[in-house]
Formats: sequence, C-alpha cells, structure tokens
Amino acid sequence: MNKQGLTPILHIDELSVSFGNSPVIKDLSFDVFPGRTTAVVGESGSGKSVMSMSIMRLADMAGARFPSGRILFSSGAGEGVDLLKCDQEAMRRIRGKEIAMIFQEPMTSLNPVFTIGDQLCEVLILHEKRSRAEAMVEAERLLVLVRLPDAKALLARYPHQLSGGMRQRVMIAMALACRPKLLIADEPTTALDVTVQAEILNIMKDLQAELGMAMIFITHDMGVVAEMADDVVVMWQGEKVEAGAVEEIFSCPRHPYTRMLLAAVPKLGAMQGFTHPRRTPLTVLRNGELVKEGDDRQQDTADYTVPPLLRVEDLSIHFDVKKSFWGRTTHRNFAVSRVGFEIYPGETLALVGESGSGKSTIGRTIQQLQESANGEVWFDGKPMSKMKLAERQRLRREVQYIFQDPFASLDPRRTVGDSIAEPILTHGLLDRGAPTRRRVGELLERVGLSADMASRYPHEFSGGQRQRVCIARALASKPRLIIADEALSALDVSVQAQVINLFMDLQREEGLSYLFISHDMAVVEKMSHRVAVLYLGQIMEIGKRTDVFERTAHPYTQRLLSAVPLADPSARRQRVALTGEIPSSIHPVNAPPALNPLREIASGHFVAQERV
Amino acid sequence: MIGFIVKRFAQAVFVVIAVSLIVAVAIRMTGDPALMIAQGATNITQADLDRIREGLGLNQPFLVQYLDSLRGLVTWDLGNSFVGGTPVNLLVDKALPATLSLAFASMFVSIVVSIPLGIRAAVARGRGSDQLIRIFSLLGLSFPNFWLATMLVLLFSITLRWLPPSGMSGFASFIMPAATMGVILTATNVRLVRTTMLETLNSQYIMVARAKGLSERKVLYKHALRNCAIPLITYFGLQFGALLGGIVVIERVFNWPGMGTLAFDAVAARDYPVLQSVIMILSLLIVGINLLVDIAYGIVDPRIRTK
Repeated sequence: MNKQGLTPILHIDELSVSFGNSPVIKDLSFDVFPGRTTAVVGESGSGKSVMSMSIMRLADMAGARFPSGRILFSSGAGEGVDLLKCDQEAMRRIRGKEIAMIFQEPMTSLNPVFTIGDQLCEVLILHEKRSRAEAMVEAERLLVLVRLPDAKALLARYPHQLSGGMRQRVMIAMALACRPKLLIADEPTTALDVTVQAEILNIMKDLQAELGMAMIFITHDMGVVAEMADDVVVMWQGEKVEAGAVEEIFSCPRHPYTRMLLAAVPKLGAMQGFTHPRRTPLTVLRNGELVKEGDDRQQDTADYTVPPLLRVEDLSIHFDVKKSFWGRTTHRNFAVSRVGFEIYPGETLALVGESGSGKSTIGRTIQQLQESANGEVWFDGKPMSKMKLAERQRLRREVQYIFQDPFASLDPRRTVGDSIAEPILTHGLLDRGAPTRRRVGELLERVGLSADMASRYPHEFSGGQRQRVCIARALASKPRLIIADEALSALDVSVQAQVINLFMDLQREEGLSYLFISHDMAVVEKMSHRVAVLYLGQIMEIGKRTDVFERTAHPYTQRLLSAVPLADPSARRQRVALTGEIPSSIHPVNAPPALNPLREIASGHFVAQERV
Repeated sequence: MIGFIVKRFAQAVFVVIAVSLIVAVAIRMTGDPALMIAQGATNITQADLDRIREGLGLNQPFLVQYLDSLRGLVTWDLGNSFVGGTPVNLLVDKALPATLSLAFASMFVSIVVSIPLGIRAAVARGRGSDQLIRIFSLLGLSFPNFWLATMLVLLFSITLRWLPPSGMSGFASFIMPAATMGVILTATNVRLVRTTMLETLNSQYIMVARAKGLSERKVLYKHALRNCAIPLITYFGLQFGALLGGIVVIERVFNWPGMGTLAFDAVAARDYPVLQSVIMILSLLIVGINLLVDIAYGIVDPRIRTK
C-alpha cells in the first residue's frame, strides 16, 4: 500500500491474537507511516491494548499466541522483518530502540525505587553503549526536551516526588531516548487532568515533527483522536471495523459502530441555547443497525422556591502533612479553604476542578467521612455540628456516595444483592428476608438491570453494569442527595451516555439532588443546573451552567474549557499556552494561602478576584 | 533519614529496657537461687542460706540487683555459673559465635536458594517448574526439624559415614545443622518470594522495563527484586528472631555447643545466672536485628528515606 508516496514503517497483515482458546484479535490489518500518527480507537475489550502489546511481543509474557498474520516492521530501507517471527532476544534489540512505548498510568509506570536519572540512563547505556556519565548528560537533555524545569536536579529524584504530569513527561523522555522509528502510546493522557493532557499532547506532537517518527496512538477519547491523528483505525470486539483519514472518519463515518461511538461523545458547547439539563436519546447498535432510544427533553427539576437541601458555609479542610522532630505540625495541606455553596431539591450542582483542587474532599466531608477544620454544613435546614447521633445516622442515609471506580467499590466476595441490601438493613428500613429481597429486585430493575442478577458476584458484570449496581446501592436507602464522585470517569463513552441518562431519569422521577464531582467539562455541561469551579481548594467561579459556560468570567474556567479536546479535527487550534503544573496546596502552618473573595457579577454568578 | 534512624533507635532502647525488666522479674519468680544452690546439701542452716544470698547480692533491693545486672551486661561481667563456678561471660564467649555462625549460615543458605527459586516459580506461574517448586516447599514445610535432623544423621553419618554426626569441628560439621534449618527456612521463604514477586511482576513498571528492551534477568533481579525487598526484609528479620528460638532443638540434636545447648543445660541444672544471661543476650540480638531491618527499609525504599 502506498500513501502519498510513503512506504509504511509498520505493516500489520491479518493479525490474529488469542489467549488460550479465546481469540482477542481477528484478522487485523493496517499500516503506519513515518511521520504520521495512526490513532487506534475502541472501547474496553476492543483488543486495542493487546494489539500494541503484540507489536512489542510483550503479549507473549501474558500467554498470547499468534495463530496467523504478520507484523512487518521496516526500520531502514528494504524488506522489513516480521516481528512475529523474531525471538525474544531479537525483540529486545528492537524494544526501546526502534519501537518505544508509553503506557497509560504514569503513576505506576516508573520504578519507585530508582531515580529518574537511573531509569533514563538505563536505556541509553543498553542500546547506545554510552558510558554512565555520557548517558547522564543525554538524560538531562532529554528532560529539557520534554519541557521539564530544573532537569539536572530532577535526575536525582525519585518518581514519588513527581506529579502525574511530570512522570508522564519522564516516560516520554525515556521512550524517545534512542530516537525510535515508531512510538506506541497506549492511552498516554487518560489518567491526567485536562490541562496537563493538553500540554502532554502538545509536547508529543512537537517531538514527533522534530524526530519524524511514526506514532500509534491508542485511545478511547474521540476528542484526543481529533486533536492528534492523521489516520484512524476503529476497533470493535477485536476487529477493525473502519479505517481512514481522520477527516473522513469524523465527517462521514461509514460503520454503524463508528457512528455510535461518535454520537455518544459528549460535545462541549452542545448545550448552547438550552437553559436546563438536556436528556438526549441514546444511539445504540442493534443487529448492526443504529437505533435511537429514549426521548429528547430538557428537564427543569430544580426547585428554587424552597430553602436549599444542602448548604455549605465557609468550609475549610486541612491535612497535617509535615511535622517537626518534636511532633509539632509545620506544614499543612490547605485542601479546602472557605468554600460555600447550596444545592436545592432536584438540582444538580457540578463541582469541577483538577486533581488536588479539593473537590473530592468536600464530598467526603458532606458524607461525614472527613472532619472539617472550620465552617458548617447545613442539611435540610439543620447544622451538622449540632446534630445528635441519631440525626447524623439519618444524614448518612439521606446522603449517598457513588465512587469513581466501580471495580473497587463493590465487595468482590459478596453478591451484588447483598451489597445493595446492606444499606437497607443497616438503617433498618425493611425486614430481612422477602421484603428486602423484593426491594433489591426493584432497585436493580430501576437502574436497568434485572432482578435475578441479585445473586451474582461483581466480577460477572461489566464496568458499566457495576456502576449501575453502585447506583442501585446508593438508591437503596432512599437518599435525597447523591454525591457522584467522578462516577462516570472510568466508563466507556457509550456506557457513560447510558449512565448520564439514568442519572437524569432518576432525578426527574425521584426528585434527587446531585453533587456531581467531575473533571469532564462536556459531561458537566450536559447534566448540571449550576457549576462551581474549584482551584486549589477555593471556588473561582460559581453560577448557573449557562453563565459559567457561556459567559465565563474567570481565566481559570477559561483555561479548563480551552483544554478540552474537541471531537472535531477541523477545529484543531493552537491552544491557550498553559503555564506548567498546578502549584501545591501545602503551605507552612503560619502562612496559609491567600483568600480570594467572591464578587457577584450577575444575579447568582460569582467570580473570585483574579489570581491565576 | 537521620531523624528516622534516631527515632527507631530510641524505640529500640525502650524495648531493651522493657525486655530486661521482664526477664529479671520472670527469673526471680522461678524460685530462690540460694535454695537451688543449697539443694542436695544436708543440714543447711538459715545462716548458710543468708551467706549464699549475700554472696550473690540477693539481699539487695530488686532495683539495685537489676541495675547491677545491666552494668554486668555492659562490662561483660555476667557472674559465675552455679555449676562449676565458671564465669558466665566465658561460656557465652564460646557459645554465642557457635550459634550465630550456625544461624547466619542457615539464613544465608535459605536466602540464596529461595530467591532464585521463588522468582523462577513466579515467572513460571502455574506451569511445571512452579508446581515442582511448590511441591518441594510443601514437603520442606511438613518435616519436623528434629526428624529431618535425625534422618540426615542416619544417612550421612551412620550409613555413608561422610559427615560427623555431632559437635562443632570445622566446615564439615556445619553442613547438616545448617542444611536442616536451611531446608525449613527455604520452604517458607520460597513461597514468600513467589507471592511478593507475583504481585510485583504485575506492576506497570515491569512492563515498562521489558518495553525498554532490558534482558529478563535485569528485569527480574534489578527492577522486580528491589521492589520485593520491603516485605522480604521484614519477614527475614522476624524469621531470624524465630530462628534463634528454634535453634535450641537443632543444637540439641547435633550437640552443637551454642546458646541453645547452654540454655538447655542451664534450665536442667537451674543454673540461673547462665539462663538470665542467655535470654538477655538473645533478646538484645533480636531487638538489634529488628533495628537493622528498619534501617534497611530506608536504604532500600526511597519513599521511606525521603519522607
């Protein structure tokens, strides 16, 4: 195959991969060209990671077999080598030198017990036979290349002293150390904040142009695809369903699955002109046909005529992080500083911000999982600090929490029925036995599962189903407020769309209020009545969704919005230049961070004095 | 790191004081040493007993006696044995190296054997060599040590006449006692290494190390092993304590002139100055080893060091 006169550097030809007797990839073919980026898109279980592991032949270690196909890799002129025919010895000379890889989890990709310098030098010493001193000089240059400040000092530091974004840059430096011909990036920015993601993507693009290497970019995020890719391969259940240039894929997707995927992506700005949260129909694939499911409606569930259900006033939360030798606290993490907001019955308030902004800490405090240093939380007109034990217990029942990771938040050794029944029994809402069983069945049906699933264990469910189980568990105690802490972040986009609709249906039918904690601006735009933007433990901007998104007043909100990749390759733009990492919220005890008082610029729209 | 060591050291001192107090009190509860010395002798008068007590310093208040014993420990003057009147420090001087060399030899054997075997089993998880290693480790765990020791003696000393059956006389005499203890330690350690290794091998950074093109040996012995070190060191430290306790049996079987034999004879003869010294010294050793383990954490794991 020839494209614009280029010969492919990697030619995958009818590749099949299986583990044991189960085929994971079937007859996959595509090409990767030098200097170009091929995005491989698909949801969990599509086989995209296995594909990258197979190119590296790292899948062997997990027990993969390759019943058929070829992976031709040509590093120089002439015929390429078939990587599937190489032994591990030969592969070791290619790995890290000719083909390098970046992984999803920057927090766990670096070995915690070796310095950054050691880990960078290792590749250089191994493949380029440099001396340690030479390698160190080169390592420093590489760190500068990925725009890490203070590179020399960084060489002697350990991974745990670096933030996620910094670690991912170190990973990129490590992958690029030997100037590979092909870089495989497996969801390299999925675990990062949007602003950090934007910066990492910029770095990757610039370095690719500089080194002229080919890139395979694996992702599930259509926004990132639109931003990065030249060519796109869409994978579904182990097969390629569509491939083409990025503009083609986005402007006229042919395969129904691609169309479904694109339809499910929440688009920032899609809510312009709507005053209330809008439930949109789901596009689902049924027998190879696209079908729209559910109704399209705006829902005005919030009731502002009554007093707020929850009022948070002047809330501050600290963690002591450093003590002197004598045990006196010297440094404190000022996680949340004087935050205040209300949530009305039937209202969704979104709390947005990046990691370290204190958004989850606020949620945990309302759920009484965390002590506050100062301030008051009022629920149903009653201050929490004055509540008696029984009232606090009642509060625990009426406020429920849904966590990010549906895999970790269900007990793997109990049936989901038991997990859902637990809050019912703990709060003594129903009798043990038949009444509880009936209620559990109802709850499962309420969240779109079936009653007979109660006897199954969490591992028998997919990620989306598990999150539904978690929602059923949260509904079990008939709460009035649900705190959803990044409850959609771990889900595939198509599943995410389903769960968003579930949240909105429940709100309409049960009059629930939500505190929706998220970093995903597009989802927030779709779901929320009001939005609070949090930065370093303080509210920067709070107001109606239409105000915050369409009449954005604070530069930090602006920055968050501009960092979101748009799922539209024609809208690629030069991003707002971002200035490095978010500063730390840890300060000496006697020098707490400065407070930025809020100013009301329009009715109900408050903005902090500028600082960022 | 310095602050960390200072803190651990202070804790260790506190433990030593507590241990020595407990030992002193417990020994005194076993009976009046004067009566023990006098037992067997006929027509002992109260005056004789008083004289013996005075000679031993037993007429002093408990606190004075306790401080005296601490001072004895520091000045290495541990009093005299009731049996034969030999100074206890001379007995300990001989027995302690014998025990320590045996303990270290068996620890060393077990670590050197169990780490490669455990890693091998982890890498080959579920396959032939893993099964084999696990079966052998289960076998090793199931042998009582005295039985294994006796069988070894029967085979190598009585039947084959290759190794001396007992006593400490050169390298050959080390082999069987160290092997007996080593087998049992290795059996547990292999399983421990395998489990921690399995966990580590699942880490992302191991995948990254492989993706760099490092050899399997480097991946396993450099990147993975260092990360297994914390649980392994913890366990080896605890094991060393248990080993010093369990060594009594092995020393008896092989008639090894170590602390275990010394303690055993002292119990039989109610030779309490010897007994008290042995217990104190072994306890101090265990506290010391655990202090070393804590310091080793800091060396191995930067996350502890730089906190």
